[in-house]
Amino acid sequence: MKRIFGFLLGLTLALLLTLFAGENPINIFMVLLRSAFGSTYDLGITLSYTTPLLFCGLSVAIAFHAGLFNIGAEGQLTMAVVTAAAIGVLFPNVPFPLAPLFAFFAAILVSGFWGWIVGMLRAYRGSHEVIITIMMNFIAAGLASWFTLHIIPSSDSQNPESAMVAPQYMFKDYDLIARFFPDTPANASLGVALVTAVLLWVFLWKTSWGYELRAAGTNPDAAHRAGISEKRWQIMAMAMAGALAGGVALSEVLGSAGQYRIGFSPDYGFIGIAVALMANNNPLGIIISAFLMGALHKGATDLDLETTTITRDFSRILQALIILGVTAQGYWAWIKHKRKKQ
Amino acid sequence: MEYILLVSAFALATLRLATPLIFAAMGGLMSERSGVINLALEGFMLMGAFTGAVVGYYFESAWAGWFAAGAVGLMIGLLYAFFVIALKAEQVITGMAFNLLVMGLIPFLTKILFNSTGSTPSLLVDDRFTFEPTIMAIAMVGLIAWWLYKTRSGLWVLFAGEHPEALATSGVSPAKVRWMAVTLSGFIAAWGGASLSLFLASSYSPMMTSGRGYMALAALIFGKWKPIPALMACLFFAFVDALQMRLQGLHIGSFEVPVQFIQILPYVVTVVALAGFIGKSQAPKALGQELH
Repeated sequence: MKRIFGFLLGLTLALLLTLFAGENPINIFMVLLRSAFGSTYDLGITLSYTTPLLFCGLSVAIAFHAGLFNIGAEGQLTMAVVTAAAIGVLFPNVPFPLAPLFAFFAAILVSGFWGWIVGMLRAYRGSHEVIITIMMNFIAAGLASWFTLHIIPSSDSQNPESAMVAPQYMFKDYDLIARFFPDTPANASLGVALVTAVLLWVFLWKTSWGYELRAAGTNPDAAHRAGISEKRWQIMAMAMAGALAGGVALSEVLGSAGQYRIGFSPDYGFIGIAVALMANNNPLGIIISAFLMGALHKGATDLDLETTTITRDFSRILQALIILGVTAQGYWAWIKHKRKKQ
Repeated sequence: MEYILLVSAFALATLRLATPLIFAAMGGLMSERSGVINLALEGFMLMGAFTGAVVGYYFESAWAGWFAAGAVGLMIGLLYAFFVIALKAEQVITGMAFNLLVMGLIPFLTKILFNSTGSTPSLLVDDRFTFEPTIMAIAMVGLIAWWLYKTRSGLWVLFAGEHPEALATSGVSPAKVRWMAVTLSGFIAAWGGASLSLFLASSYSPMMTSGRGYMALAALIFGKWKPIPALMACLFFAFVDALQMRLQGLHIGSFEVPVQFIQILPYVVTVVALAGFIGKSQAPKALGQELH
């Protein structure tokens, strides 16, 4: 309940800010609603933002349950998307059902590795995982753009993007979700993301491994005494976080674009932090919060077209104020405290 | 002779590039020694860089921009303190949210002020700093080192980060000390940003900090949360950055090293430094802990 209130508070503050740009907040809110859910096409775009946010939200959440902050989902997903594109371009002769599976597993293996490095450094060198993941994001961006522009460049476009993957890497002929939302990038990976969320929930709360992971996160000392290796779970959780963020390769490369476009992600990894936070790191709640954030993001990008003063960067203000609204739960106590004083 | 010129040019470049890092690291030091994790440094710097560039442009004076950046830094530091101390918001998440907020607000403001998509107009050469921020940065380190260890209020900050209960017992409110330290943190880090837009460059461009706020934090950890070692760490990172700029277009035999490999050098060095060389770095004991 408090989280919903925090969400609404953040949203309201952001809308009030538009007054400074000479806009009517109620009008802006209507534009947000209409452009997120107004038509099948709009809903399709909203869902195409929801999918990567779902993967990233889960990625942040699993690390959090092990007591770690994964600020590195952005770098992890970048590594995965580049890998999927590279496999699709460099191995054009793999037959269909095998091809997307091959690319997908290679992708999450690489992004899992990217997370694993951080887990290792954290567990054995005590390195600050927040700063390491942020540095790894910069490193991933540099490596990915070099690889894309020099090893698998697009031959018939001036845009900074990779060549297209061979056609049998994409599963669009069998894609039921894509058929519901023609001309949008929405695709079947939404289904995969939803199933992953449910599986992760089962893993965390219904298996002994999930219990060990959460124990290592909540109280490392007690877990250690109970014979649970907190180091092993820190490493495992970061590797799993990387693999989960890597799911974005499925929706982006194999499901819709068929290539890596540099800068395709509007910071999915960072918005994933907000998604996980709003759901209190519960995988099932993340389904809802990813959809909400996806809708807000879609709505905010349309403000560019619908108003003269508000740019697509407005979605960042929205996200930031919502995160602050949700995390600053202390205002309940604070208001009470002020009342007492008076 | 030529060799000496090259070395001194390189040393100067290192000092110039270290300036924003030193301010940011000292801002981080203020906050973290008082017990508050500060990942908002990146946002503080961006706000300072932006304010400095805008005010410097309107008043045609780097000093005007400099003081305006400090004032805005105080305000955003105060706002951060309000969230993490009064509202008890999660510190890591709040820091990231502040960065995101600033990254959204600046394009919003440039659109209103200049009808541009995130950059500000250039300052004239005469309206920029030539060397002043570097001197101030180094003086700042000395001042903070002296203040922290030699004055009563400096010791309060140290105690707020190590044993807030002990501080409270002696009759000083650790919450008030943290409020002050975090606000000052915004002030100092904003100067780091302003030294980017008024000294290293001549305008604000989107994301011009490129992770320096986080690197300053890494320098702080590297320097074990102490002023002089943190200064050394900043100089080291700046040295790698200067090296990175010099190495672009480097050939090994007939093979040209890709520019992206060279650009990621500072980040790789940061990871290696944090993972390899620091040994056990002891954070302030009460860092990240809420007050009761």
